[in-house]
Amino acid sequence: MNWTFIVSLLWGLWGTVVLSGLTFLFGGIFGFIIAIARISPVPLISKATAVYIEFMQGLPLLVLMGLCFYGPGIFGYDSLTPLQAATFALTIYASAYLGEIWRGCLQSVAKPQWEAAECLGLTRWQRMRTIILPQALRIATPPTVGFMVQIIKNTSIASLVVGYAELSYNAKVINNSTFQPFLYFGIAALMYFAICYPLSVQSRALERKLNVANR
Amino acid sequence: MTYEFDFPAVMAYWPLLLEGIWTTLRLTFFCTVFGILIGAICAIIRTGGPAWARWMVGLYVEFIRNTPLLIQAYFLIFGIASMGVRLPILAGAVIALTVNIGAYTTEIVRAGIESINRGQLEAAECLGLSRFQTYIHVIIRPALERVYPALSSQYVLMMLASSILSSVGVEELFGISNRIQSDTYRNFEVFVVLGVLYLILAIVVRAGFSLLGLALFPRRRKLGTPL
Repeated sequence: MNWTFIVSLLWGLWGTVVLSGLTFLFGGIFGFIIAIARISPVPLISKATAVYIEFMQGLPLLVLMGLCFYGPGIFGYDSLTPLQAATFALTIYASAYLGEIWRGCLQSVAKPQWEAAECLGLTRWQRMRTIILPQALRIATPPTVGFMVQIIKNTSIASLVVGYAELSYNAKVINNSTFQPFLYFGIAALMYFAICYPLSVQSRALERKLNVANR
Repeated sequence: MTYEFDFPAVMAYWPLLLEGIWTTLRLTFFCTVFGILIGAICAIIRTGGPAWARWMVGLYVEFIRNTPLLIQAYFLIFGIASMGVRLPILAGAVIALTVNIGAYTTEIVRAGIESINRGQLEAAECLGLSRFQTYIHVIIRPALERVYPALSSQYVLMMLASSILSSVGVEELFGISNRIQSDTYRNFEVFVVLGVLYLILAIVVRAGFSLLGLALFPRRRKLGTPL
């Protein structure tokens, strides 16, 4: 085991964390818009959003990355850097899944709450902000934390099409020169595990805590 | 900016694309069969096995679910190769993907088993069913029936994720398209075509699963509703 390789893996891990963070930030913003649009009273908006979600969930992330990487150049924009392209693709991917998760959470807020808010004469936005969102947030936390694990795992393929150097990529490069796959991929796997496992545990704990009423 | 799209140049490679689709479907088929087998066995162990075996299955499930498929595939496929074992590349891919999907299946099936009413087991005992019969008819089949929708969407995701195995040299739909890209330099068009093909594949696999569900679970067919 060579320490320079370990340092290289740690740099890769940093790349993974940066990409995951950016994805979660932008994916969260777009996902929220998607979720709101999905339950819009205007049929056109909610149908269009449903189609968007259906499409994005039917595409492999690798294809999405290719489209985001080669697409902007073709339509006359500057080509994106690997980090930008990977963030772009992962944001689209995350927005579709988070949008669907959060739509479910918004809709699982009890119907009388919506009706009562309407009876109080609150506007749609007030209703959302003061009545529905605070309740939906509680329901949404466990699956959202769970989905963060998906995002972190999926950043691993950002090197394949767009060539963003993160943990898996560095591990692959090291393996190409050392031919010790069990050792270095094992360490890389443990690093992913060290980030993802606490999140998974947290997600389950939150779920149990939330489920207290149904026990 | 004028860019001339050239889809005919990509579509000229349709035999190659068909070959890729065929490989993707074969990969999906084998991994579905083995994945459900492993998932069912591990779920039985996890809900009713000896403590050490439960712990082992738990370790397997947690480890697979918290690491990326790509790293698992590198670890297994390059690892096996480094031990001097020569495997056909498709076999390696099936192993890697099965190990991965097996863990997810275990969790889903376990949830199904845990939702089986205790009274059912007592009834099975009263009827004098053997342990094996109880497992097959009272535990596994109803459990699978109950979690079937979750299971089928997980397997559609697996079909999409099989594209990742192109990075270890499997020439499934995504992998084979690399050849078209390097022949034509029409990268964007290739990705558009791939996108359409994968969307169609996702619909086909989903339809296949609902037909299979109708065939496997007649109760569901009669009721016309999910249980």
